[in-house]
Amino acid sequence: MTDASRPEVEDTVWEEREALIDRIPRWIAMTFLFVAVVSIWDLVTRMGWVSAIILPTPAETLEDLIFVGGNLIAGEYMVDALWTTTLTVAYGFLIAAGIGFSLGVLVGETKFGERAVMPYLVAIDTMPKVAFAPLFIAWLGFDIGSKVALAAFIATFPIVVATAAGLYAANENERLLFKSMGATRLQTLLRLKLPTGLPYIFTGLKIASVGVMAGAITGEFLGGGRGFGALIRQSASQLDTPRVFALILYLSLLGLALYFTVVWMQRYFVFWNKAEKPGGIG
Amino acid sequence: MSKVEPLPREPQTTVARSLPVYEIERLSKTYARNNLTALSDVYLTIHKGEFVSVIGSSGCGKSTLLKIMAGLLPPTTGRVVLDGRPVLGPRPDIGMMFQQATLLPWKTTIENIVLPIEIREGRAAAKAAHVRAMDLLELVGLGEFPNVYPGELSGGMAQRASICRMLVADPAMLLLDEPFSALDEFTRDFMNMEFQRICMERGATAFLVTHSLEEAVILSDRIQVMKARPGRIVEDVRINLRRPRTLEMINTQEFGEIVAHIRELLGKEAHE
Ligand SMILES: Nc1ncnc2c1ncn2[C@@H]1O[C@H](COP(=O)(O)OP(=O)(O)O)[C@@H](O)[C@H]1O
Ligand SMILES: [Mg+2]
Repeated sequence: MTDASRPEVEDTVWEEREALIDRIPRWIAMTFLFVAVVSIWDLVTRMGWVSAIILPTPAETLEDLIFVGGNLIAGEYMVDALWTTTLTVAYGFLIAAGIGFSLGVLVGETKFGERAVMPYLVAIDTMPKVAFAPLFIAWLGFDIGSKVALAAFIATFPIVVATAAGLYAANENERLLFKSMGATRLQTLLRLKLPTGLPYIFTGLKIASVGVMAGAITGEFLGGGRGFGALIRQSASQLDTPRVFALILYLSLLGLALYFTVVWMQRYFVFWNKAEKPGGIG
Repeated sequence: MSKVEPLPREPQTTVARSLPVYEIERLSKTYARNNLTALSDVYLTIHKGEFVSVIGSSGCGKSTLLKIMAGLLPPTTGRVVLDGRPVLGPRPDIGMMFQQATLLPWKTTIENIVLPIEIREGRAAAKAAHVRAMDLLELVGLGEFPNVYPGELSGGMAQRASICRMLVADPAMLLLDEPFSALDEFTRDFMNMEFQRICMERGATAFLVTHSLEEAVILSDRIQVMKARPGRIVEDVRINLRRPRTLEMINTQEFGEIVAHIRELLGKEAHE
């Protein structure tokens, strides 16, 4: 308000100040953390505080990263290994998604599934699933099959639980609405419960994408074969720690690729659910 | 209290009296799960073109009554007949609306509105109903938003869209369970007036569950006052205020007297 009689009155505009740590832009923050960690790593190894067999220097690791990268780009033996592991992970994930989703629908949609199937699933889920690896190797041999089985076995349960939870997610009013429209059970499942449950199902798939990697690599550690896990074990047994580091880093790219494929699919299929997630990566 | 000219009372049309749409007799409901008697000995007749509300405190059995009327819940005893045929399950001649708009977020507004047709008659029929849905959207003032997703609609707009969904199959009977109670007071007043206009234009027969006294009085021809434990109708209050009702009527003496009367009926229960 303009008031000629009180010319000295000023607006009481003030700024809210954020703490410095909250104001750093993402890329600076990420770079800073990276440089800090690598510097400490470098210091620790250079000063000889930690033996080179336990922790190689950043420079050695970089050297091996370049070597492994070159090997992969040139299409040499490591590509075969990576491809084998990729196939294991892909098959494992698809099998887990198929079985997990089907069991999830059985559990979430039918009382029989909820009453009879779920207790057994919970019982199996509480077991340390990696312990089944020798069995899978005995049943399916040292080839890719036993690794796929272990990977799928580990990744199935989160999908079952997520799918069942997703099917419960439609609220009372939405169910009543479908009932009042005379919707059949199948219509209610396909047009209400499944779409409502999609965000849950994708959360399950994300957890499964992490589990399937762990399962595949564990399978390759224990059952040998021609995958990346076998390469890592081989390097580790030769105490070639820089190589192990480099292999793990490339392996993590495979995990990231799978994870972000799921995230991307979720963005595409669950287009209406744009809830902000901290970090914006999932 | 200042002196207010009494409003002329609308004479009851004898035609409306003669055509019962809903006939409910000896209705009771006991939930087996907790052996709770939610309704006991309810009688209710609704005539064609009538607007009837049921009011009562939370938990007195209003939603139970509405669900039984809609064929969503079987009664324990009694008889529910709509248009001469017993209600034995959900029926296409009933349109429903709930407290939440319950629009599916992955469908556009217009796709949501034709959902009852899609479920009953398939996708092709739903597509064909878009024309009618568009008319309804115009009717409620959402003519510019057919292809918008519900996430972008305000609460009031979403409820207007769900009015359209309720009307799209042209039901003989409208059942509404606290449809505007999640809205803020101003939006709610506005929606009540809109809803009155829509009902008058279509000559709709409606049954409204509410726990707002003013909403019940301003919209209804008759108010069923319910009490709890067990849920029962204790009085059938006839509202003879002239139509169309306006928000200004809330300030009249007559309106105030009706509200006071019902409040007293409901208040007694609290001290019983
Ligand atoms: N599915 C149910 N099972 C058991 N009790 C119920 C169920 N639904 C409602 N009730 C009980 O019946 C009574 C009436 O509920 P309701 O009809 O929802 O009341 P209102 O709509 O008037 O708030 C309440 O005491 C409530 O707890
Ligand atoms: Mg209720």
